[in-house]
Amino acid sequence: MGKRTIENPIGRKDSRIVELAKSQQFIAAMAMIVLYFIFWIAAPTFRGVNVITQILNSAYYLAFLGIGVTFVIATGGIDLSLGTVMGCAALLGGRLFSVNGLPMWVALIATVLIAVAFNAINGYLVAFIRIPAFVATLGTQMMASGFGQIISNLEKTNWPATATAEGGLFKNAFQITIAREGASNVNVPTGLIVLILFVVIMSVILTKTKLGRYILSLGSNYEATRLSGINVRKYQFYAYIINGIFVGLAAIAYSAIYTSITAGFGAGQETNAIAGAVIGGTSLAGGIASTWGSLFGVVMMSVLKAGLPKIGLQSQWQLFLTGIIILIAVIIDVRRNKTSN
Amino acid sequence: MAELLEMKNVDKAFSGVQALSNVQFHLRRGEVHAFMGENGAGKSTLMKILTGVYQRDAGEVLLDGNSVEYSNTAEAMADGVVIVHQELNMMGDLTVYENIFIGRESMNGILINDRENIKRTKELFDTIGVSINPHAKVDSLTVGQQQMVEIAKAVSHDARIVVFDEPTSALTQAEITELFTIIKDLRAKGIGIIYITHRMDEVFEISDRITILRDGQYIGTVDTANTDKDELISMMVGRELTEEVKLASQVDEDAEVVLEVEHLSAGRMVKDVSFNLRRGEILGVSGLMGAGRTEMARLIYGAEQPESGTIKLHGEEVQIKSTEDAVAMGIGYLSEDRRRFGVLVDKTVAENTVLANLDQYISQGLINDSKARQDAVEYNEMVNTKMTGVGQVVRTLSGGNQQKVVVAKWLLRDSDILIFDEPTRGIDVGAKAEIYEIMQDLADEGKSIIMISSEMQEILRMSDRIVVMCEGNVTATLPIEGATQEEILSYAMMRKEV
Repeated sequence: MGKRTIENPIGRKDSRIVELAKSQQFIAAMAMIVLYFIFWIAAPTFRGVNVITQILNSAYYLAFLGIGVTFVIATGGIDLSLGTVMGCAALLGGRLFSVNGLPMWVALIATVLIAVAFNAINGYLVAFIRIPAFVATLGTQMMASGFGQIISNLEKTNWPATATAEGGLFKNAFQITIAREGASNVNVPTGLIVLILFVVIMSVILTKTKLGRYILSLGSNYEATRLSGINVRKYQFYAYIINGIFVGLAAIAYSAIYTSITAGFGAGQETNAIAGAVIGGTSLAGGIASTWGSLFGVVMMSVLKAGLPKIGLQSQWQLFLTGIIILIAVIIDVRRNKTSN
Repeated sequence: MAELLEMKNVDKAFSGVQALSNVQFHLRRGEVHAFMGENGAGKSTLMKILTGVYQRDAGEVLLDGNSVEYSNTAEAMADGVVIVHQELNMMGDLTVYENIFIGRESMNGILINDRENIKRTKELFDTIGVSINPHAKVDSLTVGQQQMVEIAKAVSHDARIVVFDEPTSALTQAEITELFTIIKDLRAKGIGIIYITHRMDEVFEISDRITILRDGQYIGTVDTANTDKDELISMMVGRELTEEVKLASQVDEDAEVVLEVEHLSAGRMVKDVSFNLRRGEILGVSGLMGAGRTEMARLIYGAEQPESGTIKLHGEEVQIKSTEDAVAMGIGYLSEDRRRFGVLVDKTVAENTVLANLDQYISQGLINDSKARQDAVEYNEMVNTKMTGVGQVVRTLSGGNQQKVVVAKWLLRDSDILIFDEPTRGIDVGAKAEIYEIMQDLADEGKSIIMISSEMQEILRMSDRIVVMCEGNVTATLPIEGATQEEILSYAMMRKEV
């Protein structure tokens, strides 16, 4: 066969640094930092370690949700059930400890398994029964909400209040409180390390393993991937299982920080998680995704949430501005797709 | 009287890249003017300037002697300049008449006057001589019928100029004949027709003049009566190409039979299909659109399940339950619709090339991307993919180069049996020759190829043996020696009595 040498065959048009700088995850990270410093300058009360801890505390569970749903969105799917599934898992998992008296480690594992179970249903419906994700997860959304309330009989669940209380050790994974004599306590945000660890692992899985590559491929073009001899249904199913694991972790993170879970908790969180992913550059059309982007997107929303009250604007402003940011992110996404056309 | 259309010295650049420079195009009333050139030669760009999708950088466009510059397609339509797209743009869930008059429905106050719209649709169909039920949903029509609806829609804008962009690529022979009747009819009414195509035979059948572009440059305009195929091809590619025919099978008499298909049936598209394939053989599968060839291929490839029949590989009966099974058994499939079924358009050349073969690049659970890229480079060089590098996104490659990436994918997978479904559809002449060369090389190396093709020339040039299908049946298996177009076509139109 005729050989032809290609100049710069492996090279990309842009260097890696330029490419990174153009990526939406980078833009989201920059926006997050800029936003932080705007508040830092505008509001003296915004400065300090405890504000950072507060921002992170409200970001952990959302970040886990965001990472999980990134995999589902990468397949071209969506998960509307993740909020109520998280609520259901936190409610029922906690009861195993507080009501049934099982050891905490059992309760924690059960929390994750409950979330995985609901996502096994999601994955089965979407990948094997071929129901649109939107409809399938709308069904499980309501199922999870109802199921949690049936079992808990609408009682709220209390997780251990402090790390020193019985079964409270796991809370140290998210926050270690150091008491200081004659001064207020310092909260060390250990959860940041846990979170970054998970983002790194999931980023590698998404970009460097077969699992991640096939998830992106089938999200990019389902039929072409199938015709390449790949078991697309299996990998589509796995995306929901990954999502389930992270919904379970989100339930644990929320329980560790906020302790008390009321019936009905979690509803509506899916919009925040999906928003975080979209802001971070994950394309709702599937095929393009970034776990780092989702992290930055979620944290950016938490910065807004913590910062706006400090400059005298309440939560209605947070909603309004988050909406604008989502639209900007989507416009960037659409324009990027257009120019690459 | 001025000419109907004069496009003079048109320039157009996109982000610094000159797409058209100093291009000329003249069209007379009542003329069919064929517009030819390799993919990327600038045909579509010029037509988009004409119809208001793009605006020219320099030059002049005169319609009936008046300078025009449309800023959108609506303005062009208002002037009677319309285009019938290669890819049909219709709302499949709406009816024929709804599609034709969308945006300009006859109204009764605030309500749509459906009776009037249906009446106008019928009148329109009468004038151009098509018989389609205006109430039919567009999705229920054949591709050919859908095209007729598009044409009717175009003509309904009091068209002065109708541009056809590769109108026959998805049509059967009978539909093409019908289309040509309509085009001749439009011509007789004084409408100027611009006819973009890659098909040489059609140019000689339908056109009065031919304009050729190459690499954004105007090469020339010739009278169809005073030219021939060789001249046109040399104008298009700048070098002499001859379209030859394979004179004799290049497969050994005693070559192993690698694939045996027996009594394969599924639905109404594949009925009792039997044939075999030998090592090193290119088996051409000819037939008209809708003959069930792609459906048959998808059964062999495990993309669909047969209702009955057996498939044997190397003499052993096998169950192919999924595409995964097929790939594991050494079968590769190159779809006729590359963008939908062949490539991941927003992924890179490298990612596409290794997609079917990712297992080979896993070490300790991670993908070794640098090795994957190296192999992608090697295999794409082998098939001569023109690209800036394997990091290039496939969307930005031409059709021919996208096809080469798909070929590279299956070469890398080392498949023994390759099913090429319309391997050169929408691919320009130069790249076509390269694809042919690759296919023949593969066969010479001992790969076995099933080549589904609607182009007679391609079948005769490439096949060692020819299977002809019609309406789901195999109607003939012909040796290449002595096969003629007439013979193949007669089998392709030979319905089996049910």
